[in-house]
Amino acid sequence: MISAISVGIGILLLALALWTVVVRDTFAAVAGFIPYGLLLTLAWLVLRAVDVALTEAAIGAGLTGALLIRAASRLHPTEAAAQAETPGLGTRVVAGVAAAAVAVVIAVCLLRLPDPAPTLAPEVARHIEATGVGNPITAVLLSFRAIDTLLEAIVLLFGVVGVWSLAPDRCWGGRPGLAQAVGPNDILVYLARVLPPIGVVIGIYIFWAGADHPGGKFQGATVIAAMWLLVMMSGLRDAPPVNRRWLRVVLVLGPAVFIALGLLGAVMAGAFLAYPDGWAKLWIIVIEAALLPSLAVTLVLLMVGPPQRPEVSP
Amino acid sequence: MKTAADVFTIVAMLGGLFFFVAGTLGLLRFPDTYTRLHALTKADNLGLGMVVVGLLPQAGHLVVALKLIVVWLLVMLTSSDVSQLIARAARRQEKGS
Amino acid sequence: MNVTQLFGITAAALVGLGVYGLIVNPQPLRKVLAFNLIGNGVFLACAVIAHRGAAAGMSGDPVPQALLITAIVVSFAASALAVGLMLRRFAQTGTNSLAAPDEAAPGEARTHAEAR
Repeated sequence: MISAISVGIGILLLALALWTVVVRDTFAAVAGFIPYGLLLTLAWLVLRAVDVALTEAAIGAGLTGALLIRAASRLHPTEAAAQAETPGLGTRVVAGVAAAAVAVVIAVCLLRLPDPAPTLAPEVARHIEATGVGNPITAVLLSFRAIDTLLEAIVLLFGVVGVWSLAPDRCWGGRPGLAQAVGPNDILVYLARVLPPIGVVIGIYIFWAGADHPGGKFQGATVIAAMWLLVMMSGLRDAPPVNRRWLRVVLVLGPAVFIALGLLGAVMAGAFLAYPDGWAKLWIIVIEAALLPSLAVTLVLLMVGPPQRPEVSP
Repeated sequence: MKTAADVFTIVAMLGGLFFFVAGTLGLLRFPDTYTRLHALTKADNLGLGMVVVGLLPQAGHLVVALKLIVVWLLVMLTSSDVSQLIARAARRQEKGS
Repeated sequence: MNVTQLFGITAAALVGLGVYGLIVNPQPLRKVLAFNLIGNGVFLACAVIAHRGAAAGMSGDPVPQALLITAIVVSFAASALAVGLMLRRFAQTGTNSLAAPDEAAPGEARTHAEAR
């Protein structure tokens, strides 16, 4: 039996998704996307995926929402032209038919899933002792499917390189984003002074608690990234130029440590990313501690975008 | 048969729900940005506060209760900041146009 | 109907809405929004599958849930790259339309580009 809350969440999700698709004003569509992301967080909680709910609230609703708001406000001058373009009736009919077909196929597939459901949970439960962590999702991310996490870290790095490559030639190596003016008593500056220490502690706590409870480095890194973004948005500190060595070292430190420990595992335990017996927890902690700052810096750099102010070399 | 803690939780959360509904009604019905912000602060401070107070007896552990209170305090801090920013932006927009 | 079926239908409807939005909306930012809707629908379908796999004392199959976390982060990176492309094109040409240049935005967007 489903509760009224689940039905309510499902209906609101579809209503907000419909709003995002059909509303004319771009900013209104983006503003509808953020509560849609938060409702999706509640949907994950109803489906008892707590780690995914944390990630969705942090990255899916929070960072993606902030990214889209920034894009919508920068693209505001094109709003008039955008609203003037409307698709014809033929396009709408074709799109409606295609959308309905896709939705029906997916719904039929999901309603006819095999019973009993195949699952890997018993396998994970059987082998989780060897990893030393209590949270099965952390064990999957950093031990059983560690190669996926490594490839993800490298894909994020490629994302940063892709975003940097969008800089104009004369700004290469410069500071991302536009310069912010800061007034000393501005309320945003007050928040940027009070919140980051609390936020960094909370981020590190979420990362540390991810070993045995819901949490982990993705969620913790997002909170820390949000604190740095707040400091930059308020103008308290400027964005660093992207040719700074420390920035690039922190960016590659996570994946580099991951690959190094993987190769060490190949030497000591016989396969790439295999952990030697009894050392698994320590290696997992080292990998996560190296990935945390890299992830935070990566997320910040993806948010602020390519360099837009040329930096004169000192 | 519900214990006193459960009754307290239900009463407090109904109170919080009332403030959330009132805040939402204010958001939808008030004429301009400033009055809407005024309505929203009721939802944030009192509504969330009563929900948190109602959940305190259900928290098994003291640490969980403290975390709930920290969540409420952080929401109040950030929402008051954001309300000021929105009001300032609305004022600047009024003066400019 | 149980929770799995409810959210399975919701996931399918989200993907459908996303496909509709992707085809119908002509501007790139709206298409990125629609793409995110499609992605979220697929994630919801994956979470439904994970929820059905609850066994061995866990509340859901952890392998699809771990893949979902990876997927959410990577989809944010893809959105960031798409937004970067859009903003660069806007800075370069003053328009954000996918139409051919001679049908593009009226003169005021072009003067805005020249002022940059």
